[in-house]
Amino acid sequence: MIPITIAYLFPLYIMVSMSFKTGGEIAASTVAPPQSLYLGNYETAWVSADLGRAMLNSLLVTAVSITIAVLIGAMAAYAIVRGNRRTSTVKLMAFLLGMMIPGQLGMVPLYMLMRDAGLLQTHASLIIYYVGSLMPMTVFLYTGFLKTQSPTFEEAAKIDGAGWWKAFFHVVFPLLRPVTGTVIIINTINTWNDFLTPLLYLAGTPNRTLPVAVFSFQGEFASEWGLIFAGMMIAALPVLVVYFFLQKHVIQGFAGGLKG
Amino acid sequence: MSTALATRGPAASPLAPSGASRPKGRHSRRRLVPQWFLVPALVLYTIVVVYPSIAGGLYAFTDWRGGNEVTFTGLENFRKLLADQAAVASLRNTLLIAVSLTVVQSGLGLLLALALNSAIRARNVLRTLFFAPMMMPPVIVGLLWQYIYTPDGPLDTALEALGLGTVVQSWLGSSSVALWSVIASVIWHHVGMSMVIFLAGLQGIPDELYEAASIDGASPLRKFFSITWPLLGQAITIATALTMTSSLKLFDQVFIMTGGGPGVSTQTLSLIMYREAFVYGEYGYGSAIALVLTMIVAFIVFVQMSITRRGEVEA
Repeated sequence: MIPITIAYLFPLYIMVSMSFKTGGEIAASTVAPPQSLYLGNYETAWVSADLGRAMLNSLLVTAVSITIAVLIGAMAAYAIVRGNRRTSTVKLMAFLLGMMIPGQLGMVPLYMLMRDAGLLQTHASLIIYYVGSLMPMTVFLYTGFLKTQSPTFEEAAKIDGAGWWKAFFHVVFPLLRPVTGTVIIINTINTWNDFLTPLLYLAGTPNRTLPVAVFSFQGEFASEWGLIFAGMMIAALPVLVVYFFLQKHVIQGFAGGLKG
Repeated sequence: MSTALATRGPAASPLAPSGASRPKGRHSRRRLVPQWFLVPALVLYTIVVVYPSIAGGLYAFTDWRGGNEVTFTGLENFRKLLADQAAVASLRNTLLIAVSLTVVQSGLGLLLALALNSAIRARNVLRTLFFAPMMMPPVIVGLLWQYIYTPDGPLDTALEALGLGTVVQSWLGSSSVALWSVIASVIWHHVGMSMVIFLAGLQGIPDELYEAASIDGASPLRKFFSITWPLLGQAITIATALTMTSSLKLFDQVFIMTGGGPGVSTQTLSLIMYREAFVYGEYGYGSAIALVLTMIVAFIVFVQMSITRRGEVEA
């Protein structure tokens, strides 16, 4: 187990150590640890690649997309599970079909749709894309959970005279909290780390997200690996930090969520 | 529909409250959630997934190049694909990546899960560690490994330090090695996912079974093949199907590390689809490549579902 662990850690060590090395140190050895915690790479990467702006873009797009996806996904699951029983399977299957279709099939028509709507190069295009493409997984997770819950509380709320919207917001949505955690975790990681769609929609604009910014940064500073690694660290760290704090929930979310 | 419910409702469920406050006895048995709750999700899903996928499937049979003229060309794109050496190579590479990634990554994931599941003190730390790369953007993993593979870079230096200087080669520059180098980096990125699924499966196996087997004097190997393996069936199906469908769509890492080269040695269907459609503007042909990819993925999902269903009947 020990040799495997060391081999597994080696790339992570390279990533961290490279980001703190000066150009001279990298030229001397690609694996030796840095002499001191040189922060110049981070300063240059942050400023010249405008990674601060890219990080705000990523945060904004991810937060808005996930919030909308959680809300309308939970609503849809509520309508499917507590709606007409005879049609509920058909409705669920219609959403699940989306999980099997590779994004590549709709890539060209969706790109044209965004272009014709004048949405390319805006955050709105990316948010619409994420919310729509997150629906299958979100609806799948919410329906799976809601099916196991007894409708007693919701019915009690309805008898008390609450409207549907109120019953959903005050009774159903809070009941869904355990699975909402899983939905947020899985969707956030997929959205934050996504590359191809933001590359197509936002490349070359100040609206680009972190993975796209680091990619173009690498093209610009082709051989200045210290800088590139600092940029990579900036893009990977936010999710990694959250992961190390919530690791148990994240791992359970992935293992349990995908098992259904 | 509502009349049918109204006629048989009251008789079938005498316990349902039938007050005058409810409109016209519509929800006699159960108050159904109004279907406008479904509308926002359905609208966005249709705009982003349903309509584009159908349109893409139709473009696959045309020669569309982005202008106003679209001609239906039947199977012409697919004939072109079979005659296109880069496309055939990418089809072969895509299948090779999917099969080898699935076999090696699931095998390694299972070994890691077994090692961590037996009471190792550092279990939680190691589990967290092996899953950590899953949190990293594929672009970053691609850039990281591109650097690790550079000539005289970290991998070569480490191998020489271990006395393995003879295996050093042009990891991404040689057309016979590059594909395997890319596959190795993807395994590093994703093996934690397989491991976590297997760990969840292992933890679902009751300890009593192993205790009973121990009393009967079963060897560890016998326990594995008679208890662990059959009861892990569900986890194996999930882990392999997940790995296979995601590796069929592999794009980011290859795009970053090799761009499909050298030559066509690491070209994949996702990569040539992107290039044909978004670099050359061959929207019809690009969509045809995407349709082929979709068919392969659909086939895998179909096989997985029939295996899962059979497993459920047996269980």
